[in-house]
Amino acid sequence: MNGPSQASYSRYHPKWYRRPVSVWWWLESWRFTKFVLRELTSVAVGFFALELLLEIRALGRGPEAYARFLARLGNPLLIVLNLLAFVFVLFHSITWFNLAPKAMQVRLRGRRVPDSAIAGANYAAWVVITAALAWMLLR
Amino acid sequence: MTRTKTPLLWFLFSVGGTLAALFIPVHLFLMGLAFPAGWLQAPPYESRLALVKHPLARLYLFVLISFPLFHWAHRFRYTLYDGLKLKHLTELIAVICYGSALAGSAAAVYTLWMIR
Repeated sequence: MNGPSQASYSRYHPKWYRRPVSVWWWLESWRFTKFVLRELTSVAVGFFALELLLEIRALGRGPEAYARFLARLGNPLLIVLNLLAFVFVLFHSITWFNLAPKAMQVRLRGRRVPDSAIAGANYAAWVVITAALAWMLLR
Repeated sequence: MTRTKTPLLWFLFSVGGTLAALFIPVHLFLMGLAFPAGWLQAPPYESRLALVKHPLARLYLFVLISFPLFHWAHRFRYTLYDGLKLKHLTELIAVICYGSALAGSAAAVYTLWMIR
């Protein structure tokens, strides 16, 4: 490489060559597609938050409003939409728990807790929480 | 500015993601599928209202709406950048995403507060 004394600069920066990337780059390989699908699970998460907010609003407005809300959820289009959202949310849970060991490394008595144990703890918590919530919501 | 905001947004994203992963599937399954399709009997209005009136339930519902909204905002923002190559709209997308999450959280506070 040139030392500082021989450094020479051109006035204009050359334009780097960049391979043009199509908007559909994520369809080129299954790995990319999976990545984008995983990121899109956030839409299902947001959709659920909105739905829950609307349910609480209907609850607050009285029995008729709540009945109307429930009837709307029975619309086949919304059932299909909710099914799609449910599949995406499950995909989110699974990918999230599987990534958890990479996001946090737990050490116990100086030894690294194996990845499978951290992911396993997440899945166990999922089962317990799901059972507890189902029990409360179905009473 | 960005340096001070990014850790907070990342925190909201990861807490929201964890809550969403653990809590949303069962809620969504019951509310969106099992009850409307008639697989399970939905509890009557009065018992549902009584449950939501409990202060801890209100806090829980707020957390379950607000954090996942911020999770959505953060993740969706980057999906738009990368997926649709909209890097030039950075500010606009960020304002719309986090603004929606903020508005949704405020609406949740108001809605939960107003339930008598």
